[in-house]
Amino acid sequence: MDLVQLQRQLVDYRTSLYHEGFLDEQFTQLQSLQDENNPDFVVEVVSLFFEDSERLLNELSKALEQQIIDFKRMDGQVHQLKGSSSSIGAHRVQKLCIVFRNYCEAQNVEGCLKCLQQVKHEYGIIKTKLESMFQLEQQILNAGGSIPV
Amino acid sequence: MDSCNCIEPQWPPDDLLMKYQYISDFFIALAYFSIPLELIYFVKKSAVFPYRWVLVQFGAFIVLCGATHLINLWTFTMHTRTVAMVMTTAKVFTAVVSCATALMLVHIIPDLLSAAELDREMGLIRTQEETGRHVRMLTHEIRSTLDRHTILKTTLVELGRTLALEECALWMPTRTGLELQLSYTLRQQNPVGYTVPIHLPVINQVFSSSHAVKISPNCPMARIRPAGKYMPGEVVAVRVPLLHLSNFQINDWPELSTKRYALMVLMLPSDSARQWHVHELELVEVVADQVAVALSHAAILEESMRARDLLMEQNVALDLARREAETAIRARNDFLAVMNHEMRTPMHAIIALSSLLQETELTPEQRLMVETILKSSNLLSTLINDVLDLSRLEDGSLQLDLGTFNLFAVFREVLNLIKPIASVKKLHVSLNLAPDLPEYAIGDEKRLMQTILNVVGNAVKFSKEGSISITAFVAKSELLRDSRTPEFFPVPSDNHFYLRVQVKDSGVGISPQDITKLFTKFAQTQSTATRNSGGSGLGLAICKRYTFSVHLVSISVIVVACWLQTNLYTGVFDFLAICLMFYLLYYVIRFVNLMEGHIWIESEGLGKGCTAIFMVKLGIPERLNEPKLPFMPKVPTNHGPTAFPGLKVLVMDENGVSRMVTKGLLVHLGCDVTMVSSSEECLHVVSHEHKVVFMDVCVPGMDGYEVAIRINEKFTKRHERPIIVALTGNTDKVTKENCMRVGMDGVILKPVSLDKMRSVLSDLLEHRVLFEAI
Repeated sequence: MDLVQLQRQLVDYRTSLYHEGFLDEQFTQLQSLQDENNPDFVVEVVSLFFEDSERLLNELSKALEQQIIDFKRMDGQVHQLKGSSSSIGAHRVQKLCIVFRNYCEAQNVEGCLKCLQQVKHEYGIIKTKLESMFQLEQQILNAGGSIPV
Repeated sequence: MDSCNCIEPQWPPDDLLMKYQYISDFFIALAYFSIPLELIYFVKKSAVFPYRWVLVQFGAFIVLCGATHLINLWTFTMHTRTVAMVMTTAKVFTAVVSCATALMLVHIIPDLLSAAELDREMGLIRTQEETGRHVRMLTHEIRSTLDRHTILKTTLVELGRTLALEECALWMPTRTGLELQLSYTLRQQNPVGYTVPIHLPVINQVFSSSHAVKISPNCPMARIRPAGKYMPGEVVAVRVPLLHLSNFQINDWPELSTKRYALMVLMLPSDSARQWHVHELELVEVVADQVAVALSHAAILEESMRARDLLMEQNVALDLARREAETAIRARNDFLAVMNHEMRTPMHAIIALSSLLQETELTPEQRLMVETILKSSNLLSTLINDVLDLSRLEDGSLQLDLGTFNLFAVFREVLNLIKPIASVKKLHVSLNLAPDLPEYAIGDEKRLMQTILNVVGNAVKFSKEGSISITAFVAKSELLRDSRTPEFFPVPSDNHFYLRVQVKDSGVGISPQDITKLFTKFAQTQSTATRNSGGSGLGLAICKRYTFSVHLVSISVIVVACWLQTNLYTGVFDFLAICLMFYLLYYVIRFVNLMEGHIWIESEGLGKGCTAIFMVKLGIPERLNEPKLPFMPKVPTNHGPTAFPGLKVLVMDENGVSRMVTKGLLVHLGCDVTMVSSSEECLHVVSHEHKVVFMDVCVPGMDGYEVAIRINEKFTKRHERPIIVALTGNTDKVTKENCMRVGMDGVILKPVSLDKMRSVLSDLLEHRVLFEAI
């Protein structure tokens, strides 16, 4: 595909992510931190986020399968997830984490389970989207172009 | 004569008997022949006759009988054997047919009789249907109008016509309910004053049954027609239930057991053999019910019309009252506007001359007085400015002049104002300010001072000797809910606190019952002690009626009055001062309300003094390390990307992602970032080289506060200690307070943008203090 077309595609895709509420301005902040000294800053942060979140989500699933559920611990983990998602600007995940925390405080098992499913779902979506975005960027870079801001 | 086969009759034909027989036979034959002709004629006329063949049979029988008698005519003279044969044959036939007919009639006649009966019953039904039609028409007539008189008149007329009555009358119960009065009759136009007592047995009998009851023509209700008739017709009476609506209340339908009834009396024409038939009685009952319904409708309509008229009248009255009130308000406002101006002029004079007086030679005592006068006049001129505010106060549109002021200074000022008066009365005034009372507060300084001054002045007034103690402290939440004031639920927030001021005097005191009276209505306290002091407990409700013009002179008068109390004019000024003090108290209460506070008085009883307590809501100015620095000036952020080259920063965050982001931010700004992920590590690593420490405090389970405290301990010299900034996702004030408490220098809300971080760092390094950055 043409470089210009690729770049335009990337811009549209990014705009759509913002429009649909998947990302918020924190992500823009992250991008502004990336410069020639730190060329892969965003990718590194996002990868770290993915690792962290997957670990946390697994732990949360396991915790909810237990007989006796440790809500305090779960609260801490959700808090972590909330912090991570807010740091990179994963808006929807962050919002769901807030809801999740409420359920944890109320010790509502069904609510927690439902919320966990939703978080996983949203996380899956954002992961896919970010990965496709990075692929696009990589394609642009391979074609010799620069990534538009 | 022997050769013919003739039969000779027994008797000679010329005999007279024979002649008569001859003639009778002839006529019988004639009649017998004509009967079938008639039968045929009439049966042909009637279309329906079910027994035609019976008729034929009967006809045959008659014809044969006739034939027999006809043939008999020939047997009177000598006749041949043939004639005799014919005769015999005819007779035989006749016998057979007549026997057959006789047998047949045995079956037929009962049927014929029942048919006749049916006919009669049909007639009866027709009459009943006729009656029913009358009833329907009657009902329609009755229900077509809602006017009581028309209803009743129509009923009587129609009933009279339908049933062909001689007289029909309606007896209504009187107002007292003890008698029945003749109200309407059919024949007489204006029935005059016949009454019967209601408790006659016959009337009770009628009232207790829902059917029409036959009554004797001799009872008093039936005696209204002219006497002297030979045989009075039968009389029937029926009850008509009446709905008694005194007030128009839909939900309160009257009990059926206490029904009132009217009596309808119907009389058949005299000298007729008519009897009351069942269907006529039923007709009467139905009509009576219909009349009752129609009457109740008419009654309801009357009530509703009356209610509507009443409502309209009330509306008119209300409108008038409203217009009068508006006029009154306008007049009052005009008056106030004029008075406002009129009062400023003397005020100017007082202030100006008092200041001039101050400049002259005065003894210390005089100087004190003049200063008091001046201060009071200043306050008074503020009050004058508020004269027009009275209406604004009552409308609720008065705004407080909020500003930051020195709370301690206010109390000191009040004390200074009150001390001269108190010392003249030999009263000791003490002021206690709680240690946790903030020095500065946000509120309306002038009005707060007025309030405190009024309350304290009150206390001074009511004490002849002893001491006044003023205590002020911050109201704690447990104490805020006072059982005495259940309707007051202050909720302290982090921006506001409730200032509680208690002014205790050792004066005459007020008994607890009177306390409530004090605040509610005009009442004279009964004790001799209070009477001696010349006061009367004035209700604050009454204060509302008086305008501010009275308030204006009050302070000065009180001041002067207290001073003059030592003279002979004690009584008059006392009374005046007390009155006016209470008027001021009203003002105080209104302002206390405006300040979202509450005021009340406690007293243990007469002679034990009383305590006036009030609470007002004041704002807390921003707390800082350095006083008198309420807001951080906004520093324009025009720095380059590497604003802080080489600045050594320590970042403590458990969350890997946010740690990385923070690091990214700081690296982008050129800082030298060290990252730690736990508190132990942080304490281990922190050194005097690190200029700033960013720590995440909102992670549950990890005590960032603890770390801050430790860091503070570690670095004794302030300039060596790094600046500690908390990063948190919580916006609540508890976090902020905790941060302040442990000695952190600032709080930043996550997520942090690049610009925010830049500005925060520059502020921090410039001022070494930052309150918060959202």
